[in-house]
Amino acid sequence: MSDIRQARRALASRILEGDGKASSSERRAAFNNSGLAKPAATLVDKVASHAYRVTDEDIAAARESGLNEDQVFEIVVCAAIGAATRQYDTALAALEAATENE
Amino acid sequence: MRLRILDSGHGFGTKALFALIRTMSRQPVLDVIKLVKYRADFYGRPMGAVTQDAMRGPSTWSVGDRELMAAFVAKTNHSDFCTKAHSAVAEGAYRDGEKVFAVLSDLDTASIEEPLRATLLMLGKLTREHVVDAEDMRAVLAAGASRQQIEDALAVCFSFNVIGRLADAFGFFVPGPKAFEAGAKYLLARGYR
Repeated sequence: MSDIRQARRALASRILEGDGKASSSERRAAFNNSGLAKPAATLVDKVASHAYRVTDEDIAAARESGLNEDQVFEIVVCAAIGAATRQYDTALAALEAATENE
Repeated sequence: MRLRILDSGHGFGTKALFALIRTMSRQPVLDVIKLVKYRADFYGRPMGAVTQDAMRGPSTWSVGDRELMAAFVAKTNHSDFCTKAHSAVAEGAYRDGEKVFAVLSDLDTASIEEPLRATLLMLGKLTREHVVDAEDMRAVLAAGASRQQIEDALAVCFSFNVIGRLADAFGFFVPGPKAFEAGAKYLLARGYR
C-alpha cells in the first residue's frame, strides 16, 4: 500500500513553515484560499477552483500589486496544494464514514 | 510559462542538466521539469516524494492504473498538458493506447474492470465538485475496490490535483506527442524523484 501521509506532512510543513520569499501568513492564506487581498485573492481562488481559467492578466495583476515572481510562485504552489489537501481530507473522511461499522 | 523565473531562473548546474536532456532526448525540456527544478527545496523535492509514493509505491493498482487515474484527473481538471503527459505514460505502462483512449473518451463504455471504473468515477466527482460523501465511497466498495485501493487512488488524485493546477496556472507550453513520449519513457524508467 502507498502511504503518502508522512510525505504530505513534510510537504505542507515545508511550504507553510519553511523559509520563503512570501511571508508565512501569505502562504498560509493562499493555502486556505482565505484572507488575501485582491488581486492575489482572485488568482488564488482561480487556482483552487478552476486553474485552467487562470490568464496572463491574473499573473500580471498579482505582479503589479507588488508581488515579485518568487512570491507569486510560492503563493500559487500553496494555493494548489491547499485545494488538493481539502479534497483529499474530505474524501478520506467520507471513506472513514463509509467503513466505520466494519 | 507565465513566470520568467520558472523558464530561465535556474542555476548553472540545472541549466547544464537541461542542455543534456535536450541533447539526449532531442526534445525540448518539458515545463514540468523546469518547475520541479526551480528552487527544488521549496516544491520540487518534497512534492516529488509525495508523487513517487503515490505513483510508484507499493499498491495493488498497477503503474498503468495509477497513470490512467492521473490522466483522468487531469482531463477532469481541463489540464491539457497533464492529460497528454500521463496518457502517454499510461499507454507505455499498459502497452495499450486504445484502453487509455477509451477510458478518457467514455468511462461508462470503456472495457475495464469494475473496481477501476468505480474508482475513476469517484475521483472524477471529487475533482470536479471538490467533495464526495460516504454514499460515493460505498459505491466504490460495492464495485469491488478495497478500502486500501481507495486510499491509494486518493493519493494519486492528491498529486494530480496539485500538478494539474500548477500546469495551468503557470501556463505550461504543450508540446507535440514526441516530447511527451520521451517524458513518459523517463517517468517509467526513473519515477518522480
